[in-house]
Amino acid sequence: MKTIVIGVIGADVHAVGNKIIEFTLTNAGYHVVNIGVLSSQEDFINAAIETDADLILVSSLYGHGEIDCRGMREKCIEAGIADICLYVGGNIVVGKQDFSEVQRTFLDMGFDRVYPPGTPIDNALQDIREDLGE
Amino acid sequence: MANYLLIDFGSTFTKLCAVNTEAEDIIETASYFTTVDTDIRTGYHEALNRLFQKIGKQIDFEQVIACSSAAGGLKMAAIGLVEELTVEAAKRVCLGAGAKVDLVLSHHINKTEVQKIVNHKIDIILLAGGADGGNAECVIYNARLLGEMGIKIPIIFAGNKSAQDDISEIFNKYQMDGYICDNVMPKVNVMNIDAARDMIRKIFLDKIIEAKGIKAIENEIDAVILPTPNAVLEAAKLLSEGYLDEEGLGDIVVLDIGGATTDMYSMCSVSKRSDVIIHGLEEPFAKRTVEGDLGMRYSAPGIIKSLSQQEIEFINKEKKVDIKEEVEKRYNDVKCLPQNEHDEFIDLFLAEVCAYRAMHRHVGRIEEVYTPMGKVYNQTGKDLTDIKYVIGTGGAIINTKDKESILKRTTNILHNPSELRPTDPIFLVDQKYIMAAMGLLKEKNPLLALRIMKKYIVEI
Ligand code: B12
Repeated sequence: MKTIVIGVIGADVHAVGNKIIEFTLTNAGYHVVNIGVLSSQEDFINAAIETDADLILVSSLYGHGEIDCRGMREKCIEAGIADICLYVGGNIVVGKQDFSEVQRTFLDMGFDRVYPPGTPIDNALQDIREDLGE
Repeated sequence: MANYLLIDFGSTFTKLCAVNTEAEDIIETASYFTTVDTDIRTGYHEALNRLFQKIGKQIDFEQVIACSSAAGGLKMAAIGLVEELTVEAAKRVCLGAGAKVDLVLSHHINKTEVQKIVNHKIDIILLAGGADGGNAECVIYNARLLGEMGIKIPIIFAGNKSAQDDISEIFNKYQMDGYICDNVMPKVNVMNIDAARDMIRKIFLDKIIEAKGIKAIENEIDAVILPTPNAVLEAAKLLSEGYLDEEGLGDIVVLDIGGATTDMYSMCSVSKRSDVIIHGLEEPFAKRTVEGDLGMRYSAPGIIKSLSQQEIEFINKEKKVDIKEEVEKRYNDVKCLPQNEHDEFIDLFLAEVCAYRAMHRHVGRIEEVYTPMGKVYNQTGKDLTDIKYVIGTGGAIINTKDKESILKRTTNILHNPSELRPTDPIFLVDQKYIMAAMGLLKEKNPLLALRIMKKYIVEI
């Protein structure tokens, strides 16, 4: 069974979406490790190491996603999980910025997939299946 | 009428506590130096003579049981994967079992680290790593390296259950003294203490006390049943929770400042508040932390190390002493007792630093996060703000005049809002030094142990 670590990054307390993501991914047959809201990059990475996770799925709802996610890939490399899949979604930046630019920024930061505001988690299931090969 | 004799073979003193079950009271206590280096029985006999002298006659005991931290106590190495997770979980299990954790290792260990296990004369290794179903590679690698390097000291495997079969094979292949146990962290941030703790206790009794020359005493007494710090933890838990109709004291902290370590125990849930979000590894109700670098004699140099040069100069000026020299003196003569007011004054100061620092490391932290609904609080570690009693035990506290000034150092004297220290506790002292004994008595008669503690652990 593939393992996915989920959580809400930074000082972000939006808890509802996180529960829905846990529910949806579990129903889709994944082993979900939910570290909850107010989680740091290190919390995600530590959990991924101990559980031998295949994917870290980061939520950011309050608009500070860019600051909170910066350097995460580098930390994964340092921690010995350089190849882990990284997704990010929610409302990752403030307001209505041009999404293709936002996407570019996050891809450059080393995220494998970046989702625009309002993407329900179900829309990502296809990508997950593709990336994790199951 | 039944008499029980409860013995604590401590690192320095062998302490006896005789209890009468009918009177529900302590008959007498007595102590003598621990003589484990030559023959543990000598010190016991001396202490027993003193006890009978105090009582005025010889008496018989229906039960004689003991705990021990003699001959260096129980020295353990905790190995895990990630520091904040399985390493921390393994460390906490060792501490909860009454061990001293002399080595803490993470990720793939190397040969130098394995050599350290040998050099430090570790008694038991606790090998963890990986949540169940998670990373197995690292812990298998570590077990194999330990095997290849010929490690024969007892090893408890308490990591990822998916690695159990491989680990068993490695234990067999290298003829290691291995034991398989439930994972200390089956899921991320979830702790499972009991199985590994019970295994540690069992190995301590089956093997370690024998190896340390403590077992010889079992010709004369019924049994050694616990490591001393574990007995204290059990006593603290009983005193906090109560037993049947006999009420406990509720949330408590116990501080034990010794020559080599400062032990802190807290008995309470992680938080009582509904407006906090709690982070990190699950916290046990009964938590013990040990500071191996904070102590009154062997570990006095650690106190100096924990101070900045500026702080040292300030202390020297303020107290008109040379604190480095004073510490040196105590380190070189670990059995020295204060001879005059000056010595007492220095010991008091050292104990205060131990109390302050040990709580700094034991206590939880909180930070505020703002939302339009008001503040939200992010907490890691235990919230001790509502602790009702802070209890002092151990010679350094019991024998000093100014007990309160030491125990006060566990509270928030510096008004640091991020540290969840006890706010306004009542200070108690284990005046007869009986907590370890009562942890032993708990195994036979918890109600009696509780009543005796409530009688003799008194307000300052
Ligand atoms: C409820 C709410 C709150 C509550 C949260 C209560 C709680 N503990 O959960 C409170 C009042 C605390 C709150 C506070 C704030 N909020 Co608010 N909040 C909302 C609100 C109204 C609903 C959120 C919700 O629960 N939605 C329902 C769930 C199911 O949806 P979701 O969270 O979006 O999650 C789904 C998807 O986003 C997606 N998803 C999420 N993560 C990921 C990841 C991947 C990889 C993928 C594929 C998909 C995905 O899947 C989820 C499930 O379907 C939204 C507006 C809105 N309608 O979305 C604003 C909103 C999220 N909040 C906002 C803001 C600005 C704040 C504050 C900063 C306000 C302030 N000025 O103080 C604070 C921040 C507090 C903090 N530190 O986090 C903004 C964010 C703006 C931005 N990013 O550009 C929003 C969008 C409102 C707005 N339009 O301005 N908020």
